[in-house]
Amino acid sequence: MKIIVCIKEVPDTAIGLKIRDDSHEIETENIPWIMNPYDEYAIEEAQRLKEKFGGDIAAITVGNERVETVLRSCIALGADRAIRIKDDSLKKKDSLITSKILAEVIRNIEYDVILCGKESVDYGYAQTGQMIAEFLQIPCVSAIKKLEVSPSTKDAMCHREIEGGLEVVKCSLPAVFTAQKGLNVPRYASLSGIMKAKKMKIEILEIDTLGFNPSDLKPKIRVTNLSYPPKRQEGRIIEGTLPDTAKELVRNLKEARVI
Amino acid sequence: MSNKEIWVIAEYENEGIKKSTWETISAARKLANHFGTKSAAVILGNGIKGIVEELSKELDLIYFIEHPLLAKYDSNTYVKCLHQLIKDKNPVIIIASATFRGKDYIPRLSARLNCGFISDCVGFEIKEGIFLKRYVYGGRLMATLKFEESKPWIITIRPRCFEYKRSGNVKGEVLHIKPALEQQDIMVTIQESLKETGKRPDLSESNVIVSGGRGMKGAANFKLLEELSDVLGGAVGASRAVVDAGWLPHSFQIGQTGRVVSPTLYIACGISGAPQHLAGMSTSKCIVAINKDPNAPIFKIADYGIVDDLFKVVPVLIEEIKRAKT
Repeated sequence: MKIIVCIKEVPDTAIGLKIRDDSHEIETENIPWIMNPYDEYAIEEAQRLKEKFGGDIAAITVGNERVETVLRSCIALGADRAIRIKDDSLKKKDSLITSKILAEVIRNIEYDVILCGKESVDYGYAQTGQMIAEFLQIPCVSAIKKLEVSPSTKDAMCHREIEGGLEVVKCSLPAVFTAQKGLNVPRYASLSGIMKAKKMKIEILEIDTLGFNPSDLKPKIRVTNLSYPPKRQEGRIIEGTLPDTAKELVRNLKEARVI
Repeated sequence: MSNKEIWVIAEYENEGIKKSTWETISAARKLANHFGTKSAAVILGNGIKGIVEELSKELDLIYFIEHPLLAKYDSNTYVKCLHQLIKDKNPVIIIASATFRGKDYIPRLSARLNCGFISDCVGFEIKEGIFLKRYVYGGRLMATLKFEESKPWIITIRPRCFEYKRSGNVKGEVLHIKPALEQQDIMVTIQESLKETGKRPDLSESNVIVSGGRGMKGAANFKLLEELSDVLGGAVGASRAVVDAGWLPHSFQIGQTGRVVSPTLYIACGISGAPQHLAGMSTSKCIVAINKDPNAPIFKIADYGIVDDLFKVVPVLIEEIKRAKT
């Protein structure tokens, strides 16, 4: 089975983020970068498919030299190839541009299953996997929590999250699946995997070789400002003992017309 | 008024048009007023006359794309039909809900049209152009965005960010569209739908959410929160700790790696208030926190707090609410 995993490197949002002086971006110097947490479910699922059916995994990302760290983590987690598409020539990119680039590279690789995170935790647009599927004209199932692939019939059954529950869906392969939390529990890299990741060469591709017109790579949306969301005002602790506290709370909620 | 149109793509379930769709209509009206355009709705399906009528009582113009192959949702068939209609009618802005459905097919539509798409917006400002607002970095920052160029512009809107009051007194025109669809257009087939929330409303649409954290001490104790949510007609949610412990499935999780909610009333029981949880609920209109620990960070953002044992507070609260409601 030929598996492709699309990876993104994101700032660790667990730390305090600072907005740059021009308020268009965050400060990116000296902050920790990690693999997008949803992509960890994607790479784990790829590993499980490889263990079950054999085959190989190619991890792909678009970015600068720094992103090679997350590509190496993918190798440590079972990727047999790691591809970085250099984006130094691009000032800005939106999801549409990223997916066009990824789809163009994937087009030249053999694949049965493409796995992505359902969204990245930086901008959280949740668009790239679905767009890649469109550019490749193949099915996409987004936010999956279960995947059962059948290589003999070349199809897959998944559970996809919807409001209030799940849908059981079926599609033919090749297809794109975007991973939701709950799909699996990602494992840690093995020592031998980490050793392998240190040695393996990362393949580097130039965007210029992909045959795009400059207009294809012009962003269609732009961030004009970043700000800190308004802080909520600290409320009040209802002092006293039961049942008075509960009574007082209900009185306040009624007055505020929320019940 | 120009002939240009702003569209809403309607979403529905057996019971009728989804609440999140009415909210998108409210956003479309605001934009239509500003740009001097008309607003219209598009609905896709088969044998859904009653649901289409519901829409036509609110809007002047409805495009009803009807075909037996649209009886069940599929991203590719939706995109094929919408793409054709968009090419024919040239709407300037297309709005959908940022629901699981909207998140599934709208990116595909935007890629097929090769046009700009801003997803999961929580509001907008109209100055010289539209400036859309959305949360980024797991709710820690707010971004303002604008479209660069070519129309149509596509926007999805997070549920519960706009209010809509139905008038029911419009007599809208319904234009029937018969798309050319074939069986092979269906890429993903829905075999079955499994509901996990029972009769309670879904988290993203519910006015009230009662949520439990590690302080619930076990799966069985969530009965108590179900009871509280039922007297308020609300939904039950949970923190990541609860889901990671296996007490409830992931679909109940509220926070950065779960659902983002914005109910009128959010009651947090035994939740300490880690940043990852706050990212999913801090835009709730009124937050109540019940926790034994007076230093729990949740109290810093709660409108009302009770520092006490939730297992003692919640039963009394249920009785008090019942009394207040009669």
